[in-house]
Amino acid sequence: MQIAVCVKQIPDPATPYELDPETHFVVRPEDQIMDETDTYGVEVALQLAETTEGTVTLFSMGPTGTQQGIRRALATGADKAVIVDDPALKGSDALTTAKVLAAAIAREGFDLVITGTESTDGYTGVVPQQLAELLNIPSLTFAKRVDVTEDGSVRIERQTTAGYDVVEASTPALISVTSGVVEPRYPNFKGIMAAKKKPVDTVTAADLGISPSANQTIRSVEPVASREAGELVVDDGTGFERIVALLEETKVI
Amino acid sequence: MAIWVFTDTHEGAPSGSALELLTKARSLSDDVAVFAVGTLNDAGAQALADHGAQDIYQMDAGDQLAAPAAARALETLIGDHQPEIVLFGMDTTDRDTAGRLSARLDRPVLANATDVSNDGPVTVTNEILGGIKRVVTSFEGDGVALIVTRPKAFPAEPGGSGSVVVTSIDAPDTGIVATVVERHVEESEGPDLEAAAIVIAGGRGVGQEKFSTMDELAGVLGAAVGASRAVVDAGWVPYSYQIGQTGKTVKPDVYIACGISGAMQHVVGMKDSGTIIAINKDEEAPIFGIADLGIVGDVHTVVPALIEALKARS
Ligand SMILES: Cc1cc2nc3c(=O)[nH]c(=O)nc-3n(C[C@H](O)[C@H](O)[C@H](O)COP(=O)(O)OP(=O)(O)OC[C@H]3O[C@@H](n4cnc5c(N)ncnc54)[C@H](O)[C@@H]3O)c2cc1C
Ligand SMILES: Nc1ncnc2c1ncn2[C@@H]1O[C@H](COP(=O)(O)O)[C@@H](O)[C@H]1O
Repeated sequence: MQIAVCVKQIPDPATPYELDPETHFVVRPEDQIMDETDTYGVEVALQLAETTEGTVTLFSMGPTGTQQGIRRALATGADKAVIVDDPALKGSDALTTAKVLAAAIAREGFDLVITGTESTDGYTGVVPQQLAELLNIPSLTFAKRVDVTEDGSVRIERQTTAGYDVVEASTPALISVTSGVVEPRYPNFKGIMAAKKKPVDTVTAADLGISPSANQTIRSVEPVASREAGELVVDDGTGFERIVALLEETKVI
Repeated sequence: MAIWVFTDTHEGAPSGSALELLTKARSLSDDVAVFAVGTLNDAGAQALADHGAQDIYQMDAGDQLAAPAAARALETLIGDHQPEIVLFGMDTTDRDTAGRLSARLDRPVLANATDVSNDGPVTVTNEILGGIKRVVTSFEGDGVALIVTRPKAFPAEPGGSGSVVVTSIDAPDTGIVATVVERHVEESEGPDLEAAAIVIAGGRGVGQEKFSTMDELAGVLGAAVGASRAVVDAGWVPYSYQIGQTGKTVKPDVYIACGISGAMQHVVGMKDSGTIIAINKDEEAPIFGIADLGIVGDVHTVVPALIEALKARS
């Protein structure tokens, strides 16, 4: 099975995000990490590739930078990576991102596309569905468990507000995975060495025949008045009394 | 120009977000319609009418994931009726349909909206980076504005004429097949998390073994129990408990966060609660930055003592 995994490189969420005052886009440092959300997609892909003797190709749109995130995923076992890095794509909306990813994936060929449910920095959460529509394939979204059946179909447990549904489709198909679906593996020394020799293709939007267009404009970005921190009490064994007192004050008890 | 609201249905009832979105839609236009996936029962259709829906188009996709057919049906209806805006909630079918429709129409979709305006180009407000920055974005060019909104961004208030025309349409054949073969409902006990006046939220700091103390505390307070994603991912409680960016949004009178660090993705789902109380052993925990009362202490001593004190009162 030929598996395409969409992975996004993002600035480390542990560092405060800087916004360009003119464009309002997130300033992207050279050193970006792989979005934690996508580490689950990579792990699912690696497991499915093991059971189906398949291949795993990573697809990422955005500034290549030091490739830290991509290299790490290659070190855990992915076979190759395709990075679409083009200044013309800076600040792309979700639909443009989906078009770029769809073109890159279609060019390589695929049986299965795997994405996260939503990215940590953008969290529009619609790229997977746009991608599936552009590729004209079913999308099994919000998967908390993924299996391949004996006849080669994919079967997922799909999170719903009430519980979960079991959903099946034949390939080609797209699956978006939630976190916690699997335990992402860590790269070992052998993997890190092997990753150095794995192919990383860098392509532009023009290579894919895409001319980005802007259909939305950011008007303003303003800080939100945040809640003030209230009282902080170090528990000396009577902390619970303060809670009871506040519950009485708010008249919920 | 018309504003349309998307809703999924559960046993014939529309989603709660649909009633919120209709209330907002009414404030933007006199011409408000609903597109529903599934088949509404009479009470469900009436609830939509009572919140301002004048027309309802419903499409049942049977045991198929509905989004591919819903996107095609909506594409045709949008061509015929030319609505200015289609508002979606955050349910899975809402998001699946919004994404597919966006690709079909070659129009962007703006997500996580907390406000929408249409004097001038359609403009959406959303909060990014866990709600510390507010961004205002306008749609450009011709065509419908597709917007995915955050739950509880608008209060649901009845209004409008209360009468509605329901039209059932056939699910278009898409050739895209994803079949639901089983449905599982994971019941949670106690009050509805999204409607409860008091929410007890447990995080990783509570630990799996002691997580039942959350139920006990909720029991004495008549509260609902929620959880952080760390707890849901670990499988201690079902996804229906999750509060935050990818879970439920709650606005109770009182929110008690136990052993929760206060990551921004958690905070977006509860920061508008009336009073926030946090118990965490790390005085640097970000949750204290938004808590009205923070107790720096061990949940395993504070919570049992609290339960005993509350029991003694009653
Ligand atoms: C795209 C995306 C979406 C996300 N969506 C959500 C979401 O919807 N909801 C959500 O909650 N998270 C979400 N997250 C995850 C989020 O970033 C955090 O990882 C998560 O909220 C952490 O959960 P936690 O606070 O329970 O665990 P931790 O961050 O591990 O915190 C545990 C806390 O417990 C405290 N503690 C430990 N032991 C004790 C004790 N004995 N007594 C008192 N305190 C103790 C610790 O000091 C610590 O602060 C999302 C992440 C991403 C990337
Ligand atoms: N720039 C990108 N490059 C690669 N994959 C992406 C990119 N943006 C989004 N994705 C994929 O789409 C998922 C959802 O992202 P989003 O719709 O931005 O919230 C992510 O988890 C990724 O798998």
